[in-house]
Amino acid sequence: MAAKLLNSRLATLVLLAAIIAIVPLLAPSAFYLRVAAVVWVFALAALGLTILMGYAGQVSLGHAGFLGIGGYAVAIGPAQFGLHPALCLVIGAVLAGLLAYLVGRPILKLKGYYLAIATLGFGVILALIFHSESQWTGGPDGMQVARVTLFGWRLSGAANWYWVTGGALMIGAWIALNVGASPTGRALKALHDSEVAAAGSGIDVSAKKLAAFVIGAIYAAVAGGLLAAMNGLITPDAAGFMHSIELVAMVIIGGLGSVFGAVVGAAFLVVLPQALTFMHDYEQAVLGFLIMAFMIFLPAGIVPTLRKWLLERLS
Amino acid sequence: MSLLSVEGLGISFGGLVAVDNVGFSVEAGQVFSIIGPNGAGKTTLFNLVTGIYKPLRGRVTMGGDDVTGLAPHLLAKRGMSRTFQNLQIFFRMTALENVMVGRHMAERSSLLADLLGLPAAGRQTRATRETALALLERVGLSDVAETTAGGLSYGVLKRLEIARALAAQPKVLLLDEPAAGCNAVETEAIDHLIGEIAKSGVAVVLIEHDMKLVMKISDRVLVLAQGRHLAEGPPREVRDNPAVIAAYLGDHGTREADRAHG
Repeated sequence: MAAKLLNSRLATLVLLAAIIAIVPLLAPSAFYLRVAAVVWVFALAALGLTILMGYAGQVSLGHAGFLGIGGYAVAIGPAQFGLHPALCLVIGAVLAGLLAYLVGRPILKLKGYYLAIATLGFGVILALIFHSESQWTGGPDGMQVARVTLFGWRLSGAANWYWVTGGALMIGAWIALNVGASPTGRALKALHDSEVAAAGSGIDVSAKKLAAFVIGAIYAAVAGGLLAAMNGLITPDAAGFMHSIELVAMVIIGGLGSVFGAVVGAAFLVVLPQALTFMHDYEQAVLGFLIMAFMIFLPAGIVPTLRKWLLERLS
Repeated sequence: MSLLSVEGLGISFGGLVAVDNVGFSVEAGQVFSIIGPNGAGKTTLFNLVTGIYKPLRGRVTMGGDDVTGLAPHLLAKRGMSRTFQNLQIFFRMTALENVMVGRHMAERSSLLADLLGLPAAGRQTRATRETALALLERVGLSDVAETTAGGLSYGVLKRLEIARALAAQPKVLLLDEPAAGCNAVETEAIDHLIGEIAKSGVAVVLIEHDMKLVMKISDRVLVLAQGRHLAEGPPREVRDNPAVIAAYLGDHGTREADRAHG
């Protein structure tokens, strides 16, 4: 019974909704809401990697590139073409999906380290483009993103963005959970463990990998669009290598393949640097040390380890 | 027309001819065994037939259609399933989920339905689950349905692979050493299971080292040695074939014995 509850899709969603609803009640100032909104956005991007890496076992070290596409779509669309930001969010997601489809076909033939390096190269190229095409992107300094108005209501302030990003995360989590429990999800998890056996069961392995890559890219692009609109600014750094690594770290620290794990991992890597600022020069070192400690003592990730511990307690 | 027919199949790796001009055909309901010493090319032959390697020479046909060099998932769609000598299990999934993956081709739900969790996706998963449970029951593994495959014993996993292959409702089933590493009781169970599968009209191709099992359940036996066709026929005939005995035991003994007696 307890096991069923802990594994059910509904329980994860209810828990996530409860957390999103409770945080504003506990937050002492708007600053905390703002940090939480950033957590939701990165959790959304990490969820895309949960599907790609956690379910299908395919590593992407260039995922922030898609984040950048979403971000720049929301920045460039209104500034250059006068399009509505919400429409640009959709356009960015579609563009990222298309690009992932085109690039993914040759790249996903590679495995393990080779795939990781190829995606890394892809991410670096995208970051370079954002960096150097300054007539479009504003170059290294990035560009301003116009304020968003939805149905005559001006979207600004930490509280409003908190609910928008929280809502987006809920939808993202719902979709990721659906996929996990569906025929597609089983096919992805199967090819993670054995591509030969998956193909032998009639699964078109390359098509499924490509689907996971495209879905992951769309997640990242939507997250990037929200991030840019919320910050009112997008810089090439958002698409940079360090952000790609951070996304991967979130998924692994939280628990590979766990939807709730992606949220916990994102919270870990967004909140901790903020919490460690009092250490000044030692902040990065302590952060690195904590990541190592978590990986050594909770190699399966925070959420799967906690779940196992809870299950043992309950039975 | 044979359900599975192989003609003049061959492949080389570098300078080594691993399989050379091998042919055989299997009818529905037949158990066709492939035996031979280690390194004879049995598993390579399986890999050629199931599309893991592309043959350099020869043809594979299923029910008269040329399927040579087709990708494994396309062969699966045409009704070919297999198990693996070195287990290819989905170790992170439960036994039940392993068999559910085997039902993949029978599953009818779109990517969109899967993403949005539409009722169609849920219905499909429930139907798949029912069928998979029945299959686990058939191979005697219902009690470990919810156990993660990584925690199951070798003999159990061998049967789990068979259940997963059966889930695809194959016309041709290739079993690569299904009884390897199994104890006498487990071998008995697998022997019984293979008989049942063949009786249901499936063409079974079997690689096996357990000669007692091979002689008991095979309709025909093909002997490979050094990648070549050495002998083929009913089990009894093959067992008494001097060339086969020589390939397994070597013939230097006979010569020495002759000399000693001489």
